[in-house]
Amino acid sequence: MNRLQNLFANKKSNLLSIYFTAGYPELNTTLDIAEALEKAGADFLEIGFPYSDPVADGPTIQQSSEKALENGMTLNVLFEQLKQLRERVTIPVLLMGYINPIVQYGIERFCKKAAEVGVDGVIVPDLPIYEYEKLYADTFKQNNLSNIFLVTPNTSEERISKIDGLSNSFIYLLSSSSITGSTLNVSTSIEDYYKRIKGMELANPTIIGFGISNNASYNKACEYANGAIVGSAFVKHLAKDNYLQTIPDFIDNIRPKS
Amino acid sequence: MHMKYGVDEHGYYGDFGGAYIPEMLYPNIEALRAQYLKVLNDNDFKAEYDQLLKDYVGRPSPLYHAKRYSEKYGANIFFKREDLNHTGSHKINNAIGQILLAERLGKKRIIAETGAGQHGVATATVCALKGLECVVYMGEIDMERQAPNVARMKMLGAKVVPATSGSKTLKDATNEALRDWIGNPEDTHYIIGSAVGPYPYPEMVAKFQSIISFEAKKQLLEQTGSELPQYVLACVGGGSNAIGMFYNFLDDESVKLIAVEAAGKGVETGHSAATTSLGKEGVLHGTRTILMQTEDGQVVEPYSISAGLDYPGIGPQHAHLYKVNRAEYVSATDDEALNAGLLACQLEGIIPAIESAHALAHLEKMTFKLGDNVVICLSGRGDKDLDTYIKHFGY
Repeated sequence: MNRLQNLFANKKSNLLSIYFTAGYPELNTTLDIAEALEKAGADFLEIGFPYSDPVADGPTIQQSSEKALENGMTLNVLFEQLKQLRERVTIPVLLMGYINPIVQYGIERFCKKAAEVGVDGVIVPDLPIYEYEKLYADTFKQNNLSNIFLVTPNTSEERISKIDGLSNSFIYLLSSSSITGSTLNVSTSIEDYYKRIKGMELANPTIIGFGISNNASYNKACEYANGAIVGSAFVKHLAKDNYLQTIPDFIDNIRPKS
Repeated sequence: MHMKYGVDEHGYYGDFGGAYIPEMLYPNIEALRAQYLKVLNDNDFKAEYDQLLKDYVGRPSPLYHAKRYSEKYGANIFFKREDLNHTGSHKINNAIGQILLAERLGKKRIIAETGAGQHGVATATVCALKGLECVVYMGEIDMERQAPNVARMKMLGAKVVPATSGSKTLKDATNEALRDWIGNPEDTHYIIGSAVGPYPYPEMVAKFQSIISFEAKKQLLEQTGSELPQYVLACVGGGSNAIGMFYNFLDDESVKLIAVEAAGKGVETGHSAATTSLGKEGVLHGTRTILMQTEDGQVVEPYSISAGLDYPGIGPQHAHLYKVNRAEYVSATDDEALNAGLLACQLEGIIPAIESAHALAHLEKMTFKLGDNVVICLSGRGDKDLDTYIKHFGY
C-alpha cells in the first residue's frame, strides 16, 4: 500500500487536496509550500511540474507554469528539491504534469526517481488509457505509483468502469468538461452526473476537481464524492505577498475547522 | 491501402501518432473517428465532396509543365497548381471534407487554428458556405504579419481570436483552439488544418489532401506517358500539402519523395523550423511525433519567415516516413525561399506563397538526369506575402 491507498482506506469523506505548480512563484519554495499545506490540514498534495503547452489548463495555471519555467524549474530541479520531501511532509503526494517532459526524462527513470523521493502517484492529463496500458502501466506498478485517471460528465459508463478497473487509489472527477480554473456549474445535469457516478458503486473513491474555489463549491463536491481538489484558486493565492504565512487561512476558508 | 506506411487501428504510423488527449476530448475524438470511418465508404458524402471540389474549389488543379524552369534545371518540372484553388491554397481541400463531416456530426460551431491564415480563410469560407458559426484562433504575432488574411476571415464572417499565450504563434493558436474545444465539446467541431493532432486528424487530413496526388498521377500519365515521376517535392510545416502530394506515391518506391522544411535563418542559428534536424521524439498537440524541444521536454519556439511553416513539430506520418527513410527531409532558408519565389515570378509569371517557395528552392541543390520528371506542389499563392517579398527585394 502506498500513502495514498492508506489515506483512502482510513478516511472516507471531506478529503481536501491542493494543487500547486512547482517553481511558482519562487523556484525554491516547493517544500515550504508543501509543508505549510500539510500543517494547515490538507489531506494530500498535487505538485505540478510545468510544461510550455498546457492545453488542459486555464490562464491561472498557464501563467504559473510560464513563470515556473522562467524561474528555472525542470524535472531535474524538482527531483533534487524533493530529496528532502519525506523529511518534511508525511501526507501523500502526487506529481501532475504533461506527458512530453516525462517522455524526455525517460518513463522508467521518472517513475524510479518519483518512487525514490517518496511520491505516491502521478496525474498526466494527456496520457490516455490505451497508451497508459500499452506503454506505461507496468513501470508505474513496479514503482508502486498510482496513476490517476480523469472522468468528465461526458465519459461513458463503459469507459468509467474500465477506468475504475485500472485505478488503484482514486478517480479524479471533473466538475465539468472544461479547462482548469473555470467556475463550478452546479446545474441539474451536473447533479445527475454526480448521482450517476455515485450510483455506479465504483471500487475506487472519487475526488472532484476543477472549479472548486471556496467553501460552497467544496461542500457541494463533498456531498457526492470523497473529497475535492483545489488548484487554480490556490495558485492565485500564491500570487500574494505573504502567501506562505496565510496558507492556514486559505485552507480554513475552503474547509473551516469543525 | 498503404499498409507499410499507413495508419494502424490505434492511430499509429510505426512509433508515431496515437491520441494523447485529455479525457475531456475523448468523446469528441471518438465520435469524430467513428464518423470519419463511416463517411469513408459513404457514397453521399463522396458525391457531395467531389462536387464541391469540382464546382466550388475548381478542381482538378492543373499540373503545369513549367518550360522555362525545366530548361533552367535540366529536367521536366511540373507544378501542381494548388495555388489556383478557391481561397488560394490546398487548405480548402481539407476544410471542405471536414465541414461535411461536421454537418453529419450535427455540429453548429466550427473552430480552427491558423498560422499564415490560409487554413483560417479556408475554414471561414466553408463556414460561410454552410452557414455555420466560425471562430479562428491565430497567434497575435501572426495576425500582424498576415494582416490581409485576418481581414479576409472577418469579411467571410469569422471571428478571429488572438492567441496571446506562450509565443503567440501557430502552436499557441492550436493550444487555444484545443482549450476552446474542451470547453465546448457538444456543439463544436475543431477543423485542424495540418496533418497533425490526435488520431484521426492526421489520417483524415491526409485523406482529404490526397486528392492532390490522385490527380497528379492521372495528369502525369496524360502528359508524360507514365503516372510515376522520378521526384516529388513539397514544403512541410505540419505537413498537410506534403502528405497530400506524397499520399498516392507512397507505395511506388521508385518515386523519390522530398519534403522541404523551413530552415529560417539557418538550421544551426537558433532561428529555424527545421524539425527533423533539430527535433526529438515526443508528444505535441495530441500526437507522438518529432518536435523541437529542450532537454527538459519544453517545446521550443521555431522561426521561419513563412508563418505557415513556423511549427515546432511535423505530422506523425511524416515522422514515420522520415524514420523509415521513405521520404527525404531537407530544408531551405528564408533567403533561399524568397529568391526561389522571385525566380518563379520572373521565369513563369507565378507568385508562389513563401511556404511553397521553400519547395522550389530545393531545386537549386538537386542534380537531374535528362528526362527526369519532377513534380512540385505549389501549395499556395503569394498574394498574402506580397509585403514580405516587396520589403525584401525593395520593389
